[in-house]
Amino acid sequence: MPWLKMDSQRQEVSQFKARLWWALLLIVLVFVGLISRLIYLQVIQHEHYVTQSDNNRQQLQALAPTRGLIYDTNGVLLAGNRASHSLTVVPERLIKGHKGIDSMLTELAEVVTIDQDDIKRFKRRLNQPRRPFSPVTLRFQLNPTEIAQITVNQHRLPGVRIVPELVRYYPMDDGFVHALGYVGRINDRELAKLDSVNYSATHHVGKLGVERFYENELHGTVGHQTVETNARGRVLQVLERFEPVPGKDITLFLNAQLQQAAVKLLEGKRGAIVAIDPSTGGVLAMASAPTYGANQFVTGISNANYQALRNSDDLPLFNRALRGRYPPASTVKPVIALAGMDTGIVPRNYSLWDPGYYQLTEGGRFYRDWKEGGHGRVDMHKSIVESVDTYYYAIAHLMGNDPMTKYLAKFGFGQVTIADQPEATKAVLPTKQWKRINRNASWFPGDSLNLGIGQGFLSATPTQIASMTMVLANKGQWHQVRMIKAINGQAVTKVSDIGRNDPKQPIDIKLKRNSDWDGVHNAMIDVMHGAKGTGRRSGANSSYKMAGKTGTAQVLGIKQDSTYDADKIAERFRDHGLYIGWAPVNNPKIAIAVIIENGGGGSSAAAPLARKLFDLYVLEPKPEVKSEDNVGGS
Amino acid sequence: MADFQRSAPDAKGHLRKGPGLWVKLRLDPFLLILIFAIMSFGLLVLYSGSGASDAAVQRQSIRYSVALLVVIFITQMNLRHVQRWIPLVYIAGLLLLLAVLFFGVGAKGAQRWLELPGLPRFQPSEMMKLAVPLMVSWYLASRPRPPSLAHVFVAILLVAIPVLLIAKQPDLGTALLVGSSGVFVIFFAGLLWRYLIAAMVIGAAGMPLLWMGMREYQKQRVLTFLDPESDPLGAGWNIIQSKIAIGSGGINGKGWLQGTQSHLDFLPETHTDFIVAVLAEEFGLMGVCLLLALYFLVLLRGLVIAGSAAHPFDRMLAASLTLTFFVYVVVNIGMVSGLLPVVGVPLPMVSYGGTSAVTLMASLGLLMSIHARRPQRT
Repeated sequence: MPWLKMDSQRQEVSQFKARLWWALLLIVLVFVGLISRLIYLQVIQHEHYVTQSDNNRQQLQALAPTRGLIYDTNGVLLAGNRASHSLTVVPERLIKGHKGIDSMLTELAEVVTIDQDDIKRFKRRLNQPRRPFSPVTLRFQLNPTEIAQITVNQHRLPGVRIVPELVRYYPMDDGFVHALGYVGRINDRELAKLDSVNYSATHHVGKLGVERFYENELHGTVGHQTVETNARGRVLQVLERFEPVPGKDITLFLNAQLQQAAVKLLEGKRGAIVAIDPSTGGVLAMASAPTYGANQFVTGISNANYQALRNSDDLPLFNRALRGRYPPASTVKPVIALAGMDTGIVPRNYSLWDPGYYQLTEGGRFYRDWKEGGHGRVDMHKSIVESVDTYYYAIAHLMGNDPMTKYLAKFGFGQVTIADQPEATKAVLPTKQWKRINRNASWFPGDSLNLGIGQGFLSATPTQIASMTMVLANKGQWHQVRMIKAINGQAVTKVSDIGRNDPKQPIDIKLKRNSDWDGVHNAMIDVMHGAKGTGRRSGANSSYKMAGKTGTAQVLGIKQDSTYDADKIAERFRDHGLYIGWAPVNNPKIAIAVIIENGGGGSSAAAPLARKLFDLYVLEPKPEVKSEDNVGGS
Repeated sequence: MADFQRSAPDAKGHLRKGPGLWVKLRLDPFLLILIFAIMSFGLLVLYSGSGASDAAVQRQSIRYSVALLVVIFITQMNLRHVQRWIPLVYIAGLLLLLAVLFFGVGAKGAQRWLELPGLPRFQPSEMMKLAVPLMVSWYLASRPRPPSLAHVFVAILLVAIPVLLIAKQPDLGTALLVGSSGVFVIFFAGLLWRYLIAAMVIGAAGMPLLWMGMREYQKQRVLTFLDPESDPLGAGWNIIQSKIAIGSGGINGKGWLQGTQSHLDFLPETHTDFIVAVLAEEFGLMGVCLLLALYFLVLLRGLVIAGSAAHPFDRMLAASLTLTFFVYVVVNIGMVSGLLPVVGVPLPMVSYGGTSAVTLMASLGLLMSIHARRPQRT
C-alpha cells in the first residue's frame, strides 16, 4: 500500500506539474496576445489615435466680433450691445443620450420658466443639422435669479450650460425701429446667403433698415481660438487666439431728440414724419406710427406677440416712412407750378377766375376745388398760398402728362431717393408708359387734372416727399438722402464712399430762370405767414420764418376691412393730412414731411406737428439727449 | 514530513548563520520586491490618474501598508491549524452574501456593500475571493485525486453558489474572479481533460441561457463591447476613450502627467479600473510592457511556489491564487484595451481602492506562507 500511495502521489505531482506547464503556456500565450493588442493600438494605429486624441482635446472655436455701435448725430447711443445669458443644452451630454431631453426639460422647467414657445423653437433648432456637441439654445435673456437657480442645480443638469453673449440692445427702443431697423436671430434663409466662415460665431444679423444695410460694416470679422477642452466641453486653456475685429461704429444724422419728439407727436395716430437736413441730405428724423419695440426681436419675439403685431389693423410693423404710398396731394403744387413756368407752357403771370370748379369741356364733369364758390382771381402765388385746385386743374390740362411727370421725376418721384434704407420703395410716378403697362389704358386729360393736384395715380412715400421738400428748399440742389453721417468717425457724403452703390438720383435742377424758385419760395412762405395761408395758424408767433405747403389727400381706394366696424370704416375714409416745409427760410436747417393718415386736412392735422419740430430743431441749441442707460460698446 | 523542516546551512556553508531574516519572517523576498516595484510604479501612475492628487496617493500608500501588515499576519499563521476553520469562514461568507442580497447598500443599481453596526462598510464578495479557493482546495485536498465526478459536482456547487449570489448583486467582475479561482482549483486537482472539454462544450451551449439571465445593463455592456461605436457617447464612451488614450501613447508615451486623455477628463475612472490606460498614454508601450513583465514575474514566482509545495492543499491553492491573479491582469487590461467586455476588475496593486488591494495582498500572503513551508531540497 505505501508503495502504491507513493506511486500515486508521485503520479499526482507530475500531473500537477504538467498542469502548471499548461498554465504557464496559457499565461505566455495570453500575455503575447495582450502585447500584440497593445502593439496594434500603440504602434500600428498610433497615428490614428493621436489624431483622435487631438480632436478630442483641441477645438477650434470661432469668436464672434462685437457688433458696431450706432450713434445719433450728437453721439447718443442708439444701438449698443449688452450681455445676455442664454440657456443652452448640449444634447450629446445629457444623461443616456437621447431619451433624456424631455425629462431634462421638465426638470429645467422647475428651475426656470420655459414656455411652450421656447420648447417648440428648441425642438426645431434641435432638428436642424448641427455639429455634434454644439449647444442648442433653449432660452435667451436669463435674468440673474434664473442664472443663480441654474448654477445651483448645475450638478443635476449635465449638458445644460449658461452661455453669455453680447446681443444688440436699443436703449431707446420704441420709435427708433423704423429708422434703425433691428437685428434678429439668423434664420435658415439668411444662413444660406451669409459668409459661413465670417458668421460662424454670429447669431444675429441685421434684418431691417440701417442694421440690414450696414450689416457688413457693423458685423466685423470673426476671430478664432484653438482651445483645449475636457470631456464636458469646458475650456481649460486657450492654445492659440486670433482676436475678432469688431464691427465699425456708425454715426447717423438722426437726431435722437427730434426723433423722440416726432414719435411722441405721432402717438395714437397712424402716419409718418421724415425730416431731412437740406444742407447735407441727412435724415434727422424718421418716424412711423404706430411703432413697436425692437428689442423683443433681438432675442426672439414670442409667437403671440408677433401675431398681435402682424394682425393689428394699424399695421405697426409697416414702415410708413419708407413704404407708405400716399397721394402727395397739394404738396406737389409748387413742383407743378415750377414745371408749368419752366417749360414755358404756363406764362409766369398766368391767372384765372376760379368759380370753384374746373371743366375739361363745356358741360362736362366738374372737377371741384376744395373751397365751394372758389377763390376768385387766382395767380401762381395765390394758388400756392391758398392751395387752389382749380388753378392746377387748368395748368395740368395745359401741360398734359409729360412736363409734369418729368419735373416730378427731377424732384425724386418714382425713384428711391434714400441711399441706405433697403426697404424704401419708389411708389408710383404715373407716366403715360406706366399707365399703358399697368392699367392697359392711355392717358386721359382727366388723369392730368388729378395728377396736377397730386392725386390719382400718383403716390409717394413720406421719404420721397421729404426729399422733394429738401430740393425745393435748396432751390434745386440735391444731396444724397441718407441715414449715415460717418463711419468709425470718417464722414460719409455718399454711400459710394464706403463702396456701396449710390441710388440713381436726379441731378440738380437748373431752372431757366432762377427767380422762379423765389416765386415759389415766397408763396410757400406766405402759406405759413400770409394772412390767407393755409398753414398760417402753424406759422404764427414764430421768431424765424418758415416755408411750407399743406396737403389733403382724399382717401378713396382704401380696401374695406373684413370687420364691419362702421366707426372704423368711417374713420378710415377720412382724408390724409399732409404737410411739407422747411425752416428757417433763408438758411434751411430742416426740411420736413408729415403725413397723418385719416387725420383730416393737412393744415390742422399735419402742419402743427411740423411747427413743433421746427421750433425744437431751429430754436434750441443742439441739446444733449440722455439715453436711458449707456450699455455695451467696444 | 518535511513541512516544518528548517533550512540547514547551504552547500557552500558560508554567510548562513541559522535561518535568515526572510525565513524568520516567512516572507518571500523575491515576491516582495516585485510587489514593491509594482506598487511604486502604480503609485506613480495613480498620482497622475487621480489628477495629481497627493491625498489619493497618501491614502493608497496607507492601504498598501495595511495590506503589507495583512501579508505579514497571514504568513505568521500556521496554515495547518487554520485549515479547519475554512468551512466555517466559507459558510459565514455565504451568509453575509445572502445578507447583502437582502440588506445590502450600494449605488448605480448594484447592491454590494454591507453595513453592520460597529463595523466599517465592507463587501462580503471580496472575502469570497479567498474563501472560495480555500474552501474548494480544502474539500478536494481530503478527497482522492483526480476527483470523482461526484466530488467535482460538489466542488462546482461550492463555487457556483457564491458566484451566483455575487452575480446577482450584480458584480460581474468579482463573480468572474471568484468563479475562476474555484474552477482553477478543480483544474489543478487533476480534473480529467475529458471532463474539462465536456464542461467547455456544455458551457458554450449554455451561453444563450446565460444571455437570457443577464441584467439589461450587463447585456448592454456585452453589446457595447461588440460594437462600441454604436453608442459612442453612452456605453461605448469608456472603451473608445481608453483606446484613444492607449493608442495615442505610442511606444514611448506622452510623459508622466502629460496624458491629455486622462487629464482632460475624457478617460473615465482614471484612477480605478481604467488606470492602465493612463499608464499606456503616459508611459507608452514601454511602460505597459514593463508592468506586464513585473506581473509575469509574479505569476512565474507563483507557479514556482505552487510547483514546490508539498501538500495537495498548498499546491492547488497556490496555483489557483496565481492564476486568479493572472485573471485580474488579463481581464483588466483586456477590458481597457477593448479586447474584453467592460467588467469591474481592478488592476492588481495599481488601481486605487482599499478592499481589493487587501484581498489581493492576502492572497499573495497565502502564497508566501505556502512558500515558507515548502519542503527543503537538499
